[in-house]
Amino acid sequence: MKLSHIAAAFCLAGMAASAAAADPHLGRNLAATCANCHGTNGKAVPGSGMDALAGMEKEKLLQKLKDFKSGVKPATIMHQISKGYTDEQMDLIAAYYAAQK
Amino acid sequence: MKNINRRDFLKLGAGAAAMAGLYGCTSGTRASGHVVVVGGGYGGATVAKYLRMWSEGQVQVTLVERNTDFVSCPISNLVIGGSKTLADITISYANLQHKWGVRVIRDEAVGIDAGARKVKLAQGGELSYDRLVLSPGIDFMWDQVPALKSAEAQQQILHAWKAGPQTVALRKQLEDMKDGGVYAITIPKAPYRCPPGPYERACLVANYFKTAKPRSKVLILDANEDVQSKKALFTKAWSDLYKDIIEYRPNSELKDVDVAGKAAVLEFDQVKADVLNVIPPQRAGQIAASTGLKLINNRWVDVNWLSMESTSTPGVHVLGDALFPAPTMPKSGHMANQHGKLAAAAILNLLAGQEPNPAPVLMNTCYSFVDSKNVIHVASVHQYDAATKTVQPVKGAGGVSAARNELEGKIAMAWAQNIWADMLT
Ligand SMILES: Cc1cc2nc3c(=O)[nH]c(=O)nc-3n(C[C@H](O)[C@H](O)[C@H](O)COP(=O)(O)OP(=O)(O)OC[C@H]3O[C@@H](n4cnc5c(N)ncnc54)[C@H](O)[C@@H]3O)c2cc1C
Ligand code: HEC
Repeated sequence: MKLSHIAAAFCLAGMAASAAAADPHLGRNLAATCANCHGTNGKAVPGSGMDALAGMEKEKLLQKLKDFKSGVKPATIMHQISKGYTDEQMDLIAAYYAAQK
Repeated sequence: MKNINRRDFLKLGAGAAAMAGLYGCTSGTRASGHVVVVGGGYGGATVAKYLRMWSEGQVQVTLVERNTDFVSCPISNLVIGGSKTLADITISYANLQHKWGVRVIRDEAVGIDAGARKVKLAQGGELSYDRLVLSPGIDFMWDQVPALKSAEAQQQILHAWKAGPQTVALRKQLEDMKDGGVYAITIPKAPYRCPPGPYERACLVANYFKTAKPRSKVLILDANEDVQSKKALFTKAWSDLYKDIIEYRPNSELKDVDVAGKAAVLEFDQVKADVLNVIPPQRAGQIAASTGLKLINNRWVDVNWLSMESTSTPGVHVLGDALFPAPTMPKSGHMANQHGKLAAAAILNLLAGQEPNPAPVLMNTCYSFVDSKNVIHVASVHQYDAATKTVQPVKGAGGVSAARNELEGKIAMAWAQNIWADMLT
């Protein structure tokens, strides 16, 4: 008998059915994939030349990503990276960065 | 979830992990417990920091690292080429310790008792864990290069494929080499750590020769049938910049070395060099390869891509170069950092009694210098695919630089500064 299964059952009983969608950390996890370049939580190393994303308005960030995807905004690499994420994922990422002080 | 068995559960009793397991489903309850991380490189330092940061200090983290400081392999080829120093790629663990509250132990992990959830240390100590993370990088398969089994031979014929004293020693060999000499680098069959790394090194050594020792040559002896990464961009750099310096020989697998004669022994011939740089075949670092974790091809650890947990040994997560990679996933520092974040998120879920995120994403970039200023990149994005139970490269995303350029030379240094800070600051 695995007690963890009981724990899981408690969770299922206690939570709304959409367990995955309710994970409050999806945006955090996705945004962390950008942090290698843009800094932990979007706080780029000052003077490194990399753009900080922390605190960027959500709509503004989404527009930039859209422009990278479409090729309107010139890029060395962001046009290739932005194509790897779905619109929903980009939305979560933008919301996360907008909320960083 | 399946990993907390009854015995562990009872043993932990009112312990943090068990409590979290039961109450993790109610909102506001956090993960807690003790995570031991072995290896403070690209994967291990990242997971240690992110566990502390994301748990807001609730999860205790002990990092076991055999070296005093972190020394980066990325940018180490610039030390070998002469435009950077070892100090430029060396970073202390002080911030992990003091700013993030990671307990850093300078020791070597020598064994694991996965049943009792304990790690044995070389200096005699033992650490208990709720979850263990191994990010030991690679070790070399010296039995495939028999003459290099001895420590003495390894001091003469260098790999410099783990950054540190060997990086400096290889630079010294190049400085001491006479003009008109030959530097030969041997590349093992893929998979190996950092697919573009050997070609980058060849470029940077050639760049050094071009100005300092213009009659010298660089010979690339590649066991593979072709250039393994950014082929068009590297071959263009070789013909544009190093036409009479670099010679590339595919299908040239190293069988052994004549140490005294500084010769690479290939299947049908021997190739003499003045500086011979052997990158030996590799496998998961010893602590991951020899402790009963399921391996693929007897070399790389098999993991569950939702949690980075070993498919055979509950409670043990493995990151970085030690893994059997998902399709088209390279062994890179950037990717090891991403593994660290995936594992940190999953471990916090598991310690709180929740399922890990069912749709993780990983992305990779490798910048390579073709001279001291110009850089080329390769990038890819990998999304979890439930049907194949692995992460798959997203079609249409990623790619390589249009051409080598100086702008990306600056961005590559910015990448290094930011990823180092993301791991260690
Ligand atoms: C020349 C070169 C250039 C490269 N360039 C790039 C690049 O530009 N970009 C990029 O993304 N990647 C690059 N890489 C690849 C990158 O270095 C590796 O992919 C990355 O280091 C893998 O991270 P890791 O955590 O698996 O291992 P590592 O970073 O090697 O960390 C492993 C750590 O574990 C420690 N350790 C091992 N066993 C034990 C034990 N039993 N007990 C205690 N400590 C232990 C080691 O001392 C080490 O500090 C390059 C590699 C080389 C060699
Ligand atoms: C490999 C490094 C790297 C990674 C990873 C990366 N970026 Fe970028 N980013 C860049 C670079 C370099 C630029 C400048 C444009 C260019 O050259 O592509 C940039 C520019 C941007 C900009 C424009 C900033 C501005 O103020 O104009 C945004 C927004 C952005 N990135 C968002 C992201 C997001 C979101 C992610 C993660 C999904 C991400 N980046 C991941 C390197 C990276």
